[in-house]
Amino acid sequence: MTTTATGARTATTGTTPGPRGLDAERVSWSVGGRLILDGVDATAPAGAVSGLLGPNGSGKSTLLRVLAGVQPPSDAGARVAFDDADLLGLGRRKRARVLALVEQEASTDLPLTVLDAVLLGRIPHRSLLAGDSDADRAVAHRALATVGMTAFAEREVTTLSGGERQRVHMARALAQEPALILLDEPTNHLDVAAQLDALRTLRALAEDGVTVLAALHDLNLAAQTCDHVVLLSEGRVVAAGDVRDVLVPDVLDPVYGVRTEVLTHPRTGRPVLSFELPG
Amino acid sequence: MTTRTAAPAGPVAGPAATVRPAARRGGVWWLPAAVVALVATVLVAVTIGPADLSVGDVAASVAGHLGLGGVLGLEPLGTLQDGMVWQLRLPRVLTAAAVGAGLAVCGVVMQSLTRNPLADPYLLGLSSGASLGAVLVLVAGLTVLLPVAAFVGAVAALVAALTLAGAIGTITPTRTVLAGLAVSQLAAAATSFVIFWSATGDSYREILSWLMGSVAGATWTSVAVTGIAVLVLGTLLASSGSVLDAFTFGDTAAAALGVPVARVRWLLLVGVALLTGALVSQSGSIGFVGLILPHAVRMLTGARHRLLLPLSALCGASFLVWADTLARTVFAPREVPVGIVTAAIGAPVFALLLWKGRRIA
Ligand SMILES: Nc1ncnc2c1ncn2[C@@H]1O[C@H](COP(=O)(O)OP(=O)(O)O)[C@@H](O)[C@H]1O
Ligand SMILES: [Mg+2]
Repeated sequence: MTTTATGARTATTGTTPGPRGLDAERVSWSVGGRLILDGVDATAPAGAVSGLLGPNGSGKSTLLRVLAGVQPPSDAGARVAFDDADLLGLGRRKRARVLALVEQEASTDLPLTVLDAVLLGRIPHRSLLAGDSDADRAVAHRALATVGMTAFAEREVTTLSGGERQRVHMARALAQEPALILLDEPTNHLDVAAQLDALRTLRALAEDGVTVLAALHDLNLAAQTCDHVVLLSEGRVVAAGDVRDVLVPDVLDPVYGVRTEVLTHPRTGRPVLSFELPG
Repeated sequence: MTTRTAAPAGPVAGPAATVRPAARRGGVWWLPAAVVALVATVLVAVTIGPADLSVGDVAASVAGHLGLGGVLGLEPLGTLQDGMVWQLRLPRVLTAAAVGAGLAVCGVVMQSLTRNPLADPYLLGLSSGASLGAVLVLVAGLTVLLPVAAFVGAVAALVAALTLAGAIGTITPTRTVLAGLAVSQLAAAATSFVIFWSATGDSYREILSWLMGSVAGATWTSVAVTGIAVLVLGTLLASSGSVLDAFTFGDTAAAALGVPVARVRWLLLVGVALLTGALVSQSGSIGFVGLILPHAVRMLTGARHRLLLPLSALCGASFLVWADTLARTVFAPREVPVGIVTAAIGAPVFALLLWKGRRIA
């Protein structure tokens, strides 16, 4: 593992004051009188991969968009802190230099090369009138190397497979040199190898000190990958904490309406889940 | 990151060879080449037509009027020929160039803002609004008011479309398109009604020629209006490259890159509308330039806007000058509205682009 393209901070451990990661409180969002997020408190520790879990429609994507500042929270009491900085109060461009968002389905029909797509991540870092500098290109190439897409730099994005495209989006996010990266179901539509590959990249980022929060709907992937998880259901946090404490039958069964059995992986010691319908 | 089996991060090979990076990366030469082509286009286009003129004659006339004839030691031109160059052809050619440049830039901006490959400068109902304004004053016999009426009509259409789009909720690309369509249809219906109700035999041809778009009546006033609009608004629009780039993957992606999406969309839509309104007021609505040119230029430059915007402007200018030259010479001494020529060229080219599978739609 060589260094990543990110403006990584060294992960600090122990009790000394240092990067604290993401800490959101009382985040609500409503649309048309319907409360989609209802006072969500969520944390993502610095230098770790945190998972945002929950059934379809539980508000994962919405929460990520609000945290990213793309949609303002509907309640003035909301607070989103990252390493003691107030993310919601930050100017847009400044925020885009601190955090990057990888959406679930971002596509384009335009004839854009992979390198050009990744260079978009440099926009918050330079004057709106400036073109790509050599430094921008260097960062973009490093980001491509991080996700293993160097050989694809001149390919058009529209010609890529789903997994390759996902890696391009990750590289675009990395080109923003964020200290916090939010991803919405980064493993969706990927085959098993590509899923593991995407998650390995996330772990590598976290080891470099980047705070990672990823919405995931595959609980076993979360169990394998995440250190910390937040479980949403109908816009509220049902449980949060270490995977081993959250991914347990008592918590999961009512939320998903299934019967869960938790096994332990013989080698990694991590939980492995098996589900069946009740009755 | 360690290398992985799926995509060895080795020397650029394999997949990279399937594109044309040379065309993309040779970008630095496109702009100067397009400038040279435009200057040559203007000089040559002025010489084409009845009365034998040479590029030298054109240069002499221009130099004379700029007070440079003596300095450059050029023979002054005969009064008749000079009038032909300076009063008739040059204003017409320059107006065509300005209109072509403006339409192409507006087309790029509209396509990128709405993420719709079929978007063109008239998307917000601007041409229909302008047509309604123009037809109203034409049937009333107030031809002098035509440019003003067309501009007012275009701006009214913009206000109506944005109000409608905003009334539905946040102004998203789809809502922009739908609101524009509604305003367009309404204005078109009103225009047809006015024509059927009150147009007389004489005004029909005038109306039809205006509706198809034409720069036949261009004067130095037209040059000033379209030229200043293109220089001011076109430059502003053309400098929005980074911002438009940010919209490539949609509104959310743009917002996540630090772009104030709603404000930018408003500003750019208003910029496009004012520029298009100014162009339409002088030339009527000329179709296809703002639709096709952006796609054609994108094939050369790729989707990034920094080169795409100015290059589209330059190519649009040259294209419309040649289209107008055809319009006034092919059936000489009769003229056809240039809009017929752009449609006759544009429609097959568009079909060709589609057929070549460039994923336009
Ligand atoms: N802009 C919106 N308008 C209306 N409803 C919305 C909007 N955004 C999200 N929702 C609703 O909010 C709920 C949560 O959606 P989402 O955040 O996408 O859930 P998840 O990502 O967990 O599947 C869903 O019921 C969805 O229909
Ligand atoms: Mg979702």
